[in-house]
Amino acid sequence: MFMGYSLGEIGSIFAMQAFAGLILFSVFVLMALGLAIIFGQMGVINMAHGEFMILGAYMTFLTSHLFQTYAPQAFAGYFFVAMLVAFVASGAIGLAVEWLLIKRLYKRPLDTLLATWGLSLIMQQAFRSIFGAREVGVQLPDWMMGSLQVTDTIEVQINGLFVMTLTLMITAVVALLLFRSRWGLQVRAVVANRVMADAAGIDTRRIDRLTFGLGCGIAGIAGSAFTMIGSTSPTAGQAYIVDTFLVVVFGGAQSLLGTIASAFTISQSQSTLEFFLTGSMAKVTTLLIVIGLLMLRPQGLFVLKVRK
Amino acid sequence: MLDVHNLSAAYGQSEVLHNVDFSVAPGEIVAVVGRNGMGKSTLMKSLIGIIPPRSGEVKVDGTDVSTLASHARVARGLAYVPQGRQIFGTMTVRENIETGLVVTGKTLIPHEIFVLFPILKEFEKRRGGNLSGGQQQQLAIARALASDPKILLLDEPTEGIQPSIIKDIARVLRQIRDMTNMCIVVCEQVLSFVLDVADRILVMENGRIVHSAMREGVDEAAIARFLAV
Ligand SMILES: Nc1ncnc2c1ncn2[C@@H]1O[C@H](COP(=O)(O)OP(=O)(O)O)[C@@H](O)[C@H]1O
Ligand SMILES: [Mg+2]
Repeated sequence: MFMGYSLGEIGSIFAMQAFAGLILFSVFVLMALGLAIIFGQMGVINMAHGEFMILGAYMTFLTSHLFQTYAPQAFAGYFFVAMLVAFVASGAIGLAVEWLLIKRLYKRPLDTLLATWGLSLIMQQAFRSIFGAREVGVQLPDWMMGSLQVTDTIEVQINGLFVMTLTLMITAVVALLLFRSRWGLQVRAVVANRVMADAAGIDTRRIDRLTFGLGCGIAGIAGSAFTMIGSTSPTAGQAYIVDTFLVVVFGGAQSLLGTIASAFTISQSQSTLEFFLTGSMAKVTTLLIVIGLLMLRPQGLFVLKVRK
Repeated sequence: MLDVHNLSAAYGQSEVLHNVDFSVAPGEIVAVVGRNGMGKSTLMKSLIGIIPPRSGEVKVDGTDVSTLASHARVARGLAYVPQGRQIFGTMTVRENIETGLVVTGKTLIPHEIFVLFPILKEFEKRRGGNLSGGQQQQLAIARALASDPKILLLDEPTEGIQPSIIKDIARVLRQIRDMTNMCIVVCEQVLSFVLDVADRILVMENGRIVHSAMREGVDEAAIARFLAV
């Protein structure tokens, strides 16, 4: 597959594809982060996670429109507002869904799978009715367009750099919350032993609700990042949910570092291979790599070791 | 302080605890003794709310808490040290204690806890899972104390712990009672420990309390017979 390229060209291709993969990496990390904390804490697999992301994407689209129409002079900064709006919207709907639906199904894991799948269909239809079936794209402010010329043959896009920096910051904030805040303390106790956490005085149901809301909110931010690599449509989230599961399983559901490493591996192999092979062959190869590594380490990439 | 009336509990259809009645006064240490499988843990779990009662009442300071979730009972003044300790293994010693602190809304671990268990201060940054059994037991007690309870429930705190440390635990329990006038209910099978800490002894057999005696002038041989296999 490397035929017809000089060594230098191959180097540049790898560098640029690796960079293109970084936006995908960002979307994966943000999606997986939410999915993993929800699954890790409640054992709920949120099949509608992709739709929460798309909700964030639509919110970004709406915000960009509002800025264009009513405050064009402030358009340069709209993306920051959009991320906040996406987070709040997806998070709020997440809280409501937990309250209306999920909390009634905690003792029935298969039912939560079905219920959240149903929810994903409802959300898709809602998007279709509200925003229309056509794909929408957002316009980027000028400063985010264009790319930096690193060498003669390598250039990197500014929006990619921006999204990646943001993702790393959000990940750091989540890590900080998990390991330094009262909420994080309670989450980790519930993950370790739900019954005992309750008996130690932790309101586990309240923590569940907060975690679900936060996970969905982060998916909303992933949606903001997503607007830069894909166009938003009612069903666009579907394509990401499977990949995100893969990231979570591969990383080891309880490890933040594992999630990041796993998102990195998967997005990079996907993006690099896509250049040389067709999209589906790239996917097959990625899957094979993941399956191979999982056979070597069934517990995922990273696991904490303590005495039982 | 703690009044248990007619408490019954079941796993599915099989009732394991039958009409249990007892009260504990402030500053009193009551030991519930009985062989394996007699229902001691079930009693503890239904007091803290891990198992919902089938019938009966659990009153703390006169208010019934038997319909509340565990964390709400903790807020009313109950605290629980489970059999097998069940500390959070991947969390540090300090964090383990802080989980008990959540319900109080406080952020600082009371100084007294580290006075009772100096080893926990020394090891506060270690993971709970890497402590020895005796240290984990101290940690589980510290976590319960952090919620500032009026009533402390302990389920077989001596299980799997070396004799020298068992003596320490007995001393600490009496010390806690003397310091705070807390009431303490402890389930046990180790007779020497029971005689060491208890003011009153209840014997449990097949989910019923079948015998009750004050520590003063107790017929040790009679209690030992209940514990013999
Ligand atoms: N989770 C459970 N499901 C069904 N039966 C149980 C369960 N736990 C305990 N039992 C039964 O309840 C009875 C009392 O058990 P337990 O309260 O653990 O006794 P103890 O703590 O005194 O050893 C035993 O007969 C045991 O088999
Ligand atoms: Mg027991």
